[in-house]
Amino acid sequence: MSRTYIGEAVSRLEDKRLLTGSGTFIDDVKLPDMATMAILRSPHAHAIVRAINLETALALGGVIDAFCAADLGVDLPVIPLRLAPFDGFERFLQRPIAVDKVRYVGEPVAVIIAEDRYVAEDALELIDIDYDPLPAVTTVDQAAAGQTLIHEAAGENMGTRYTVARGDEDAAFDGAAYTRRERFVTNRHGAVSMETRGLIAEFDPDKPLLRLHGATKVNFFNRRHLAEAFALPETSVELIEMDVGGGFGARGELYPEDYLVPIASRRAKRPVKWIEDRRENLTASNHSRDIICDLEIAATADGEILGMRAIVQGDMGAYVRTNGGVVASKAAQFLPGPYRVPSFTCDVQFLMTNKTPVGTFRGPGRFEANFCRERILDLMADDLDLDPAELRHRNLMTPEDLPYRIGELVPGDPDATLDKGDYPAALNRLLTECGYADWHADIEDPDSRVRALGIACFIESSAAGPPESAHITVSANGGVEIRTGASSVGQGTETGLAQICAEYLDIDIAGIQVLHGSTTLVKTGGGTFHSRNTVMAGNATRIAAETLKDRAIALAALRWNCEVDNLTYKDGAVHRSMENITLQELASFAENRGETLSADALFDNEKHISYSYGAHAAQVAVDVATGVVEVEKYWLTEEIGRALNPALVQGQAVGGVVQGLGGTFLDHFIYDADGQLLTGSFADYLLPTTSELPEITTIAMEDSPSEFNPMGFKGAGEGGIVAVAAAVGNAVSRALRPYGISINELPITPDLLRKALRGGGN
Amino acid sequence: MILADCLREMLDLTGTHLGCEHGVCGACTVLADGTAMRSCLIFAVQARGMAITTVEGLAKDGRLSPLQEAFRDNHALQCGFCTPGMLTTAEAFLAENPSPTRAEVESAISGNLCRCTGYVSIVDAIIDAATRQRKAASE
Repeated sequence: MSRTYIGEAVSRLEDKRLLTGSGTFIDDVKLPDMATMAILRSPHAHAIVRAINLETALALGGVIDAFCAADLGVDLPVIPLRLAPFDGFERFLQRPIAVDKVRYVGEPVAVIIAEDRYVAEDALELIDIDYDPLPAVTTVDQAAAGQTLIHEAAGENMGTRYTVARGDEDAAFDGAAYTRRERFVTNRHGAVSMETRGLIAEFDPDKPLLRLHGATKVNFFNRRHLAEAFALPETSVELIEMDVGGGFGARGELYPEDYLVPIASRRAKRPVKWIEDRRENLTASNHSRDIICDLEIAATADGEILGMRAIVQGDMGAYVRTNGGVVASKAAQFLPGPYRVPSFTCDVQFLMTNKTPVGTFRGPGRFEANFCRERILDLMADDLDLDPAELRHRNLMTPEDLPYRIGELVPGDPDATLDKGDYPAALNRLLTECGYADWHADIEDPDSRVRALGIACFIESSAAGPPESAHITVSANGGVEIRTGASSVGQGTETGLAQICAEYLDIDIAGIQVLHGSTTLVKTGGGTFHSRNTVMAGNATRIAAETLKDRAIALAALRWNCEVDNLTYKDGAVHRSMENITLQELASFAENRGETLSADALFDNEKHISYSYGAHAAQVAVDVATGVVEVEKYWLTEEIGRALNPALVQGQAVGGVVQGLGGTFLDHFIYDADGQLLTGSFADYLLPTTSELPEITTIAMEDSPSEFNPMGFKGAGEGGIVAVAAAVGNAVSRALRPYGISINELPITPDLLRKALRGGGN
Repeated sequence: MILADCLREMLDLTGTHLGCEHGVCGACTVLADGTAMRSCLIFAVQARGMAITTVEGLAKDGRLSPLQEAFRDNHALQCGFCTPGMLTTAEAFLAENPSPTRAEVESAISGNLCRCTGYVSIVDAIIDAATRQRKAASE
């Protein structure tokens, strides 16, 4: 191949339109005769809905229709479980609109359809609802006590509960030279993408056709369930993907609105648009994290881990949505991490509360698990008077330990195995990058702040799930089009797939267009989650390009009336001794024969997971007078097998780190005892800005390519975020060790630190 | 009607994005007589007589501006939703301060939220754009 694109930091195909304001996000779409929809949401965390009066709202000029559950009949669909569908969850599923009772602030209660958003929002204020408030369950302890039941028919607030184990717990803990038990709390926060969610539905029951614009992430799964919910053939449901302003796990799941907007369109017999406002977004889109973990470790006097046991309690919010038990189950599964932990036992509890339902957010469960494990390792290092890096080296799995069967740590999941890798190499590279051996805290500082360096190690799974599709077509005008079932949520998917296509077809990347996500483009698709696009759609694109080359050679043989054996493919053309024929000419030849020059491919890794791995380090300066922490420098190493586009990889890593700093210091969905969200605007729900920006060094390592796809890719989307709280928590704790303070709870706020400093430790 | 709605709904200039509608995220920033302004926080009638520049007005004759080019070359965007506000904010800032330090750039965009990039590449791009603009001016 003469052209090289894979591994190059090529400019993104997406950028021109996004830089000039000509991208098309869902709110930029205007359809003829389109109406607008607004949703009245519950102001109560827990209440009986006695009566709903829509009459006054309906009378307002410009209001087209209004409805609540009672207007829709009794057969409301339930939002399905897509992932981690544990037994028991079926009792806690959500219907698109509240029936008789509301269970969290923000739950949809009634819908207004109007000529424009101004009228729609005015009409919301005219809806009269008689609520009978009930006590709210706002903590997992209250949920477990069960004095107030959120779903009466279930008879309990325990969504489900299970224990997973491997090894001999008693042998590990009985008589161990060292044990320590700690409680760690990871705050409730979430994806909070810059673009809020939005949908436009065109529902014509006579055709029948339901076209839903604004879909993303798992469009083929969602199509299947929407078709079922509306009793339509799957082929009558079209999910259309636009430019998407950030996903991070939350966007593109099936939500109440994915049903309500189509229902509104069916009732109004017009296209209907709904755009989530920010206040809605913070109560209506999935929250995440919110894990309490009681973790106990047993070790020898030399710091060799003998076992871990834990109780993981996940606050699920009021309903179990599509992501099922992913968050808490992954928090449990990832607790042992990259270390040799001969015995591991975990009691995993999923508790229902009167809060917004929980789903995935970048690094679900991993962010929490890494925080807990890496904190207790640092505490153990201090107790045993060992250097934190030395302690990790004594316990990290070596290349000889891998592959390693971690066992069935998630019910229903196949037996999981850590694939080959060199974890100590990633830690050593980090230690070199941050100058660990020579690092010292006595940096001159006018504010006399205390400094420390903290480290953390992680493993990160990627690219599980169903096969992914790609289809490449060359047209007679020379254009090359890739279609894929994978979605783009803003991460540069178009560029990455075009790079692979351009390299394998040996053509200029500029002529390639990538269409993604929509169910109208390809027959099937797996979607975008779990850091899987480059692995899954990337390999599908490679296979399609290889197949297309074969097809081009076969067409050239027909054209020249010769054997394929004498033909070669290079430089975007098929060659024989003295002449060649370009892809464009072959496409034209094919069209004249009533055919197309195209190729279809599906890539299936048969759910073999490759683990990325690496290590993080943070240098912090803590002001002991104010409790303010500054992260001054940040380093991370991540083994990703092979970097498709180093600039995109770096963007994922840096973006992940800063998002992780938010979860560590700022992002927090705070509820009061009545279940009211106190951080329901961007003035209260704080996100990282440039004010919190450390100097960040990210090292993508390509020394251990995945064995489960021929291109060697591993996921690179989540390694940046998963160990941030772990590394920063260790750094701050190390800085404040003389003050008797250990960071066991997130977010780390000046307020909490100051209280601890004044109170003489925690 | 707020200026942002006027631009997006009446004038079909949908490059200006609404991220919060309460003046925190900065995505809706436009230039009003050259000053960066949040179009979700002023009414359209208040902009009467002002020259409003949106992201659609930054490229000239189909060519990206030096700032836009610097964003592309530094991978200063991922999903692109905050980008129009970042560009307009930076455009106004560079007009005032053509030779900024890194800290000054960080301060200038500290009121604009981005969830994808982690900001580093955006700061790089703005510094790069300043260099490009100074070079272009001296030629």
